[in-house]
Amino acid sequence: MAIEREAAAKRKPRLRMEAVSKSFGGVAALRGVDFELQEGEIHGLVGENGAGKSTLMKIIAGVHTNYQGRMLIDGHEARFRSARDALRAGIGMVHQELSVVPDLSVAENVYLGHQPTKGGCVDWKAMQAGARTQLESLGIAIDPRLPMGSLPIGLQQLIELARVLFSGARIVILDEPTSALSPPEVHRLFEVLRGVRASGRSIIFISHFLDDILSISDTVTIFRNGRSVISEEAGHIDKAWVIERMIGGGHEELEESYTGSIALQSDPAAPVVMAVNRLGFGRAFCEMSMELRAGEVLGVYGFMGCGQIEFARALFGKVRPQSGSVSIGGKSVRFRNTAAAKRAGVAFVPESRRSMLFYQEPVFKNVSIGMLGRISRVLLKPAVERDLAGRQVKALNIRPANVGVLLRGLSGGNQQKVALAKWLIYPPKVLVLSEPTRGMDVGAKDDVVKIVRSLRDKGLAIVVVSAEPETVLSLADRIVVMKKGRLVREFANEVISKDRLLEAA
Amino acid sequence: MLYQPTADRAMPIRTFLKHQMRNVAPFVTLIALLAFFGVASPSFATMDNAYNILTQISVAGIMAVGLTFVILCAEIDLSFAAIANAAGIAVAYFTVQESYVNVANMPLSGAVAVCLALLTCVALGLINAFGLTVIGIPSFIMTLAMMQIAAGICALLVRGQILYAVPDVVKTLGSGSIGGIPWIVIVLAIFLLVGHLVLTYTRFGRYVYMVGGNREAAEYSGVNVKWVLAAVLVISAVCSGVAGMLGVAYFGSAQQNEFDGYLLDAIAAVVVGGTSLFGGRGGIGNTIIGLCILGVLNNGLDHVEIDSFLKILIRGLILLAALIINVYAQNLRATPIESPD
Repeated sequence: MAIEREAAAKRKPRLRMEAVSKSFGGVAALRGVDFELQEGEIHGLVGENGAGKSTLMKIIAGVHTNYQGRMLIDGHEARFRSARDALRAGIGMVHQELSVVPDLSVAENVYLGHQPTKGGCVDWKAMQAGARTQLESLGIAIDPRLPMGSLPIGLQQLIELARVLFSGARIVILDEPTSALSPPEVHRLFEVLRGVRASGRSIIFISHFLDDILSISDTVTIFRNGRSVISEEAGHIDKAWVIERMIGGGHEELEESYTGSIALQSDPAAPVVMAVNRLGFGRAFCEMSMELRAGEVLGVYGFMGCGQIEFARALFGKVRPQSGSVSIGGKSVRFRNTAAAKRAGVAFVPESRRSMLFYQEPVFKNVSIGMLGRISRVLLKPAVERDLAGRQVKALNIRPANVGVLLRGLSGGNQQKVALAKWLIYPPKVLVLSEPTRGMDVGAKDDVVKIVRSLRDKGLAIVVVSAEPETVLSLADRIVVMKKGRLVREFANEVISKDRLLEAA
Repeated sequence: MLYQPTADRAMPIRTFLKHQMRNVAPFVTLIALLAFFGVASPSFATMDNAYNILTQISVAGIMAVGLTFVILCAEIDLSFAAIANAAGIAVAYFTVQESYVNVANMPLSGAVAVCLALLTCVALGLINAFGLTVIGIPSFIMTLAMMQIAAGICALLVRGQILYAVPDVVKTLGSGSIGGIPWIVIVLAIFLLVGHLVLTYTRFGRYVYMVGGNREAAEYSGVNVKWVLAAVLVISAVCSGVAGMLGVAYFGSAQQNEFDGYLLDAIAAVVVGGTSLFGGRGGIGNTIIGLCILGVLNNGLDHVEIDSFLKILIRGLILLAALIINVYAQNLRATPIESPD
């Protein structure tokens, strides 16, 4: 007993949150959360979207200033009025969307906002030398004069991390740092984080990738429904344990894709809906050939930046391929624009919600936009629009079930469903989904899996393009792997696991 | 149902005002201006003056209808006043002028002259559209160039002369009246009405709002964005063309740089009315209010004892205030409530 207490006293918390509550417009996001971060600790946070982890982090980082409860830093109460305040107190956050300036050099990015000056002018030499030392201390050897935009995304992220550390942060919050990284990049990030931990600084690591969380964290805290459910040392737990506490039971299909191996099954005799023949576009991808059959989900997997995003866009006529051809139902097609692709029966849902939804418009307009041409030639028919949208809202179980509410009032998962709904009133022949579950919580992912499967069973041909192996594995009946703009491997009618998929890419 | 604290009960009105800021603020401004001038000058609040104001805003108003389409798409047209000038000069150019005026002097019928003038502005609008959608020049720069091109065409056609004769139909619509109501006001009303109907009740109108609201999303929904952008620029050019022809009749002559002042007036009317410069919000209703504000302001300042040079400054300040409200309303909408993401 006495020894335990002594140990607890020695491990003094760097940061302590006590009974923190926060609500947004009457909806509780945090309900009396306690949280403790030790010195020199990597603390993993997991939970579904909307479980409250981001909200808590934004309170810690001074983004949300209006909340109930107390925050103690090194035992002293603190209340930040702005993110600047938090940074001054030694708390820095690396957001999921990087805030680097791609046109400036690495050195300028590291020193962003506080360049060293000599006689009123920027001291470029000192800046470059400083940036070099700073990056080298993190184990990154790179010419600081290179423009930021020329570096791979993983390096950019490390440099942003360097900037946050450099500005004196003793607590660093990383929001989904691995979602855009390839395995070697993740490995390097972890090396850097271990070095940061060794220097006595504390790291909060938020991620949907449970493997990453478990391999890097000392402690893992699980959030559910605005409460911190449990904190446990990472050495004592495994993935299944975490998933169970994150979501509870009833999500077996999804759990399978997280852990086990999957038997791919597709019917090679089904009619070919779309044939892609040696499609190429600039440096993004080339020699892409594949056949897509009715009633199957084809997964296109590859690391971030391997050209899969551009490939998906080319299928929908957003970018015009420079070589090769596409045929739909045996007829050769060439899309001048997205409208032509839509007419030919292709539908597309891009990876970011922001680029497919109209936030200031009501739900029914968001749904009807995809097939307005079919409902009306010249004059709009709002009643028909509302009726059709209402049916989709019901079918996809979108909440609230009111087609008149503005889209921005919906939660992220429901918004995603609206984006899908606009294509489903008159089902297309080919549905292209780019990163359909990115940033989604487990429950919403489960819904997407169900929706995609039911569409497939109706005979749609579906392409799922993703850099997340779980997404492809949980959705696809057949998987092709892309590497640096080329197709390198196809998996069909065999048993496959995440490891084999990663290996191929 | 649930206990609601009083602060929350007041919320709906506050949120309503917040969301309707861009519609409410111009309306309140208009009422305030009307009240102010009504009290300040006995000659302001009369029926005759009301017709005056409506007539004065007509030319800018017809231009503003087309411009509303463009601004709703989050683009801008700086060339419409010059295109109006070109159309006005074209219609006079193809009409027989006095013998001392040295132009084509072709004995064409009025209808043909009007058609040729309309063709001119359609062509100029198409060039705008081509530059924006095919070549990819930002509309701000493209239409700035078009402003010069149209002005150049005007200069070449008239060579410093003033043309007086216009076809009868243009003359009637521009300067005649029926039952005491000026025809030009009726034309304005028709343009506003048609513009409103198109924006509100047609598929094209919906596309205009969607392209303005989120261009990328519109494209990913299979909307032919380039076609919509091209169409709004041509619509703007045609509206300006009609305004230009009627304006020539209204002023009684066609000459170089005739409509330069309307560039600011029409843009101001659209923006002061509350149509968002960022696209997707607003409409003809807003433009009507904006036109009235501008008309009342211009007219009212003539009725009160005020330094005529100060008028220009006051107009500028009102426009600035409207821009502030416009951007402020946009920000309010962008962050209506704190959101967890």
